[in-house]
Amino acid sequence: MEYLGIKIEKPKVAFFDFTCCEGCQLQITNKEDTLIDLLSLVEIVNFREISSDKNNDYDIAFIEGAISRQDQIDRIKKIRKNAKLLISLGTCACSGGVNSLINTHDTKDAVTEVYGKHKIDTLPVKSAKEIVKIDFEIPGCPINKKEFENIVVHLITGADFSFKKYPVCVECKQNLNHCLLDENKICLGPITRAGCNAPCPGGKLPCYGCRGPAEEHNWPALKQTLIEYGFTLEQIQEKTSFFNMLTEVTSNES
Amino acid sequence: MKVNMNINVHHIARTEGHGNIHIKVKDGKLVESQWEVVETPRFFEVMLKGMSYEMAHLLTARICGICSIGHALASLRATENAFGIDLPETAKKLRLLAKHGETLQSHFLHLFFLAAPDFFNVGSVIPLVSSNRDIVEIALRLKKCANDMCDILAGRTTHPTSFCVGGMSKAPKKKDLEKIKTALSDRIFDAQKTVALFKTLTMPEFERQTEFVSLKGEKSYPWIGGSLISTDGIIKDETDYLAMTNEYIVDFSTSKFAKLSRESIAVGALARINNNYEFLNPPAKQIAQEFNLKPVNHNPYMNHIARLVECVHTINESIQMIDELLDMSLDTICAQYTVKSGQGISAVEVPRGILYHHYVINDSGKIEKANCIIPTTQNHANIHHDMAELVKQEVKKGKTDTQITKLAEMLVRSYDPCISCSVH
Repeated sequence: MEYLGIKIEKPKVAFFDFTCCEGCQLQITNKEDTLIDLLSLVEIVNFREISSDKNNDYDIAFIEGAISRQDQIDRIKKIRKNAKLLISLGTCACSGGVNSLINTHDTKDAVTEVYGKHKIDTLPVKSAKEIVKIDFEIPGCPINKKEFENIVVHLITGADFSFKKYPVCVECKQNLNHCLLDENKICLGPITRAGCNAPCPGGKLPCYGCRGPAEEHNWPALKQTLIEYGFTLEQIQEKTSFFNMLTEVTSNES
Repeated sequence: MKVNMNINVHHIARTEGHGNIHIKVKDGKLVESQWEVVETPRFFEVMLKGMSYEMAHLLTARICGICSIGHALASLRATENAFGIDLPETAKKLRLLAKHGETLQSHFLHLFFLAAPDFFNVGSVIPLVSSNRDIVEIALRLKKCANDMCDILAGRTTHPTSFCVGGMSKAPKKKDLEKIKTALSDRIFDAQKTVALFKTLTMPEFERQTEFVSLKGEKSYPWIGGSLISTDGIIKDETDYLAMTNEYIVDFSTSKFAKLSRESIAVGALARINNNYEFLNPPAKQIAQEFNLKPVNHNPYMNHIARLVECVHTINESIQMIDELLDMSLDTICAQYTVKSGQGISAVEVPRGILYHHYVINDSGKIEKANCIIPTTQNHANIHHDMAELVKQEVKKGKTDTQITKLAEMLVRSYDPCISCSVH
């Protein structure tokens, strides 16, 4: 394939899923206007959710989901060996995502609650990077397809990709949304990394930080504001821990 | 000739989630047939314990990437039933319209991306981009229309952002509703082409007497709430969902199995049509007749046709609902309510069948106990038993192991299982 007279290699791409809802892979089949163009940029060799063709010779592997069982640890290690580039796709792979909420409960109790006396293999939820080296992370619950396409084009052309440094709050203001903090809701848009175009506050659903912290943020100030608005630490923590993406920023404070 | 087969499909493709097929035939006799669900459990019911009621629909939407709108709606309705909230008519219509968007998105994704490759003898939709470009373009137009509909009604298709306890947090603009109406009307032509395409595909001939469970229509095709009905004549209130599902655990599946009057039940598009055929709108009924789909149809592969019929029904119903919404004021879209202790049960028909959410909430609005019963959970036992019967019938017909592998995979896909959902 040539682009502006420059020959571009089509990388062999694979997608693998672990503990998750598979909604991030689904985003790739969405945004139908550009799907055929996107498919023309890469050679998809493994994408179980939509294809029964399988090949373990790939350059880039995208992994979706958290790791929560021994066979998944073995599987992700094999994928790591095969892939030149291993990329976490979506919040579950990046941090364990909402699956991590189970880590505050005792594993045995959880198994008993759901399965009674039956034996079920499971481990506390981990992110992919806690098991193997990850080369790049694409956050989002779900991922933003436009950002994904942008990253793929950067990868193929060898250009450096950088995430937006400012928070979701900026995109939300640009969309002229009414501020949810002003409606007395806990919104983490002021500290969360932009790039999603603020779909949650756009629907009047507060941001709970699925994309992780923005490079430039002021958590102590937001926390202080929320406390002044009358929220308890427990209420704030329920939101900051929902996607397990803001722990680094918020844990030593509360 | 003595027929021996040893079929093992690890992580079957073109399904959501992880499942394996094991079939053993010795001297022409079925020795083993197993639908093994190996998905990792996520313990959503345990995660919900202690969570604030207003977070429950956000968490449970994440049970499924494909039917997150359905999960969010079942979850919200369970909470609303616990608090005794009566939704404004506008919110009821907007929510159902959002769910129709999801049904169309899910059904078209399945028909074209997951099911169709089997009939074209290719591994995925990707080779069809060059060999059958026109079909792929129809698929993309239909899928885009459905996703746009979800974006406008629910904020987005996967993990919706415009719902809240009491109704909707945001109403669509009327000019956007008009846009959807135009887009849907424009896509009727593509839906007709899809019907024509499916007429050229042969559904495998296979029957196994099955008990089909769905919501029971009273005056219209049922989607949200109401009584439960089975084709074996059982009718129960939705609050009696446990008696309609009877979940049990088998050692080869991380998902539970379910049953009612027989060893298994089936839910989904075919079950809905088998129980509510009379409520299909005339264009949809016409398509059903053209495919000779009438109740009670016991061929699981006819689920594909049932999905297609539902797409036609849903497109027509959506256009009608948009007309009604355009005549209404969308100023009030959310009911006032008081948080109080109680329990709520909700049954919602989502693309793969009937979905139940049940919460017990305390007086500070925290969830004390939760139970979610997923459509695919209810279908697993039926897939498992269908597979054994399929192998027996096909071995008798002299089919090879390659042919039987394909038919078994197609059987699993005919249920469009959402496996991670079923284990949750």
